Amino acid sequence: MKIYADNAATTKMSENAIHTMVSLLEDSWGNPSSLYAHGQLAKEVLEKARADVAAVIGASPDEILFTSGGSEADNQALRSAAELGKKKGKMHIISSAFEHHAILHTLERLKKEGFEVTLLDVHENGLILPEEVAAAIRDDTCLVTIMYANNEIGTIQPIREIGRICREKNVLFHTDAVQAVAHVPINVKEDNIDLLSASAHKFHGPKGVGFLYAKKGIKLTNLIEGGAQERGRRAGTENVPGIAAMAEALKETSSRMDENTAHLTKMRDKLISGLAEIPHSALNGDATHRLPSNVNFCFEGIEGESLLLLLDDKGIQASSGSACTSGSLDPSHVLLAIGRVHDVAHGSLRLSLGEDITEEQVDYIIKSVKDVVSYLRGFSPVWRDLMSGKGQFIL
Amino acid sequence: MALYSEKVMDHFRNPRNVGVIEDANGIGEVGNAKCGDIMKMYLKIEDDIVQDVKFETFGCGSAIASSSMATELIKGKPVSEAMKLTNKAVAEALDGLPAYKMHCSVLAEEAIQSALEDYQKRTGKTIE
Repeated sequence: MKIYADNAATTKMSENAIHTMVSLLEDSWGNPSSLYAHGQLAKEVLEKARADVAAVIGASPDEILFTSGGSEADNQALRSAAELGKKKGKMHIISSAFEHHAILHTLERLKKEGFEVTLLDVHENGLILPEEVAAAIRDDTCLVTIMYANNEIGTIQPIREIGRICREKNVLFHTDAVQAVAHVPINVKEDNIDLLSASAHKFHGPKGVGFLYAKKGIKLTNLIEGGAQERGRRAGTENVPGIAAMAEALKETSSRMDENTAHLTKMRDKLISGLAEIPHSALNGDATHRLPSNVNFCFEGIEGESLLLLLDDKGIQASSGSACTSGSLDPSHVLLAIGRVHDVAHGSLRLSLGEDITEEQVDYIIKSVKDVVSYLRGFSPVWRDLMSGKGQFIL
Repeated sequence: MALYSEKVMDHFRNPRNVGVIEDANGIGEVGNAKCGDIMKMYLKIEDDIVQDVKFETFGCGSAIASSSMATELIKGKPVSEAMKLTNKAVAEALDGLPAYKMHCSVLAEEAIQSALEDYQKRTGKTIE
């Protein structure tokens, strides 16, 4: 059995998105900035994609800026808000400890430029409390940036409430919605969002394409200087086939959101209860306020990379927050942020399900994970110490 | 291109000499769970020969493969030879390790050194 359970890393492109992309590569490869018909045809495709993307999230087309992906959108959102803040002498930014590195590393850079950053606690369940956002906002706060859904543990934040607080206090609100767009209902107006980042390959679109929503009136700062594309806010000839394929994938995946959510939630909860039967294991992140596709567990006494390799041998592709999979000595900052200690965080497993997952596959995953965890514990000195009472169980 | 060589995957999938020696006369444990790797080596030494060796490892694929290979390299060998086992020899026998995984082979060398030190302490012998 072959099961791709790493959809938070990337998704398979939909057939419609591939078809859209290929046909544009073949037929409408003109430059949208050219004035002759072939160029103008590409321009039409581009603007149609913009309107489609805008419609899905409740924005206007002129509020959508196409980027090379989520990281670029995050960078530009933060840079722009920081620039606007700086002009008014407001140099305080609020975020959370478990944001994506596209946010955290940009904030580190801004700190070096004189900004002050407050990282909110995400608590044991991986959720931010709106009242803590309200309490953290100061007179000199220029931006609150909180991810919509976490990429590792899938927790969904109270975005609308946080947005409402920011509106009341007249502070810009950005959300990194890379994991959420097309998977949970988003309406930028109703959710009080000023800036939102998204990435096509997380919803069956192509890699290298994404978008930034910026509410009308918010002046964006360029990351890339050059021509006047994207109304002068992002230079470079537009990736028309990729952008159109993104719009196609976004419409398609969003249109199936209700059925996808119903099915995935059922599969997710079955998987969670199956894995919870493993002794000394724990679900990471809140059980209900989470993406319908996300399951993330810690298993005590084992290390995540060996777990992944053995699951791969059984045909299951997943990921882990262990240090060995990150290339650093520290395990995932997300797991540390929700209070998992190093020893336990090394033994984590993330399964992010695809919409086509079947009950039979979930059963197979449960059985495989149980087998592999018990096999690895069988020769783990850590597990031996825990079982003999020499060490203390944490989970 | 796979992450690991076939040799590493073979030793990871079918680790040699896994387990515990109840009457071991040299035991060494190195690493810590905080960093994600712990290796424990059990030696049974008789007549200055490593008669038996077993290991337990908490760690990534290359940590398990390095432990397994290290036990293979010293089993049946004189203790003086086991003493000279280097991490480089372990990594080479595995057809190489990714650069950021070399510390796994270092850990295997250290685990064996630590077990041999324990043996010397217990027996009062000095390995030449």
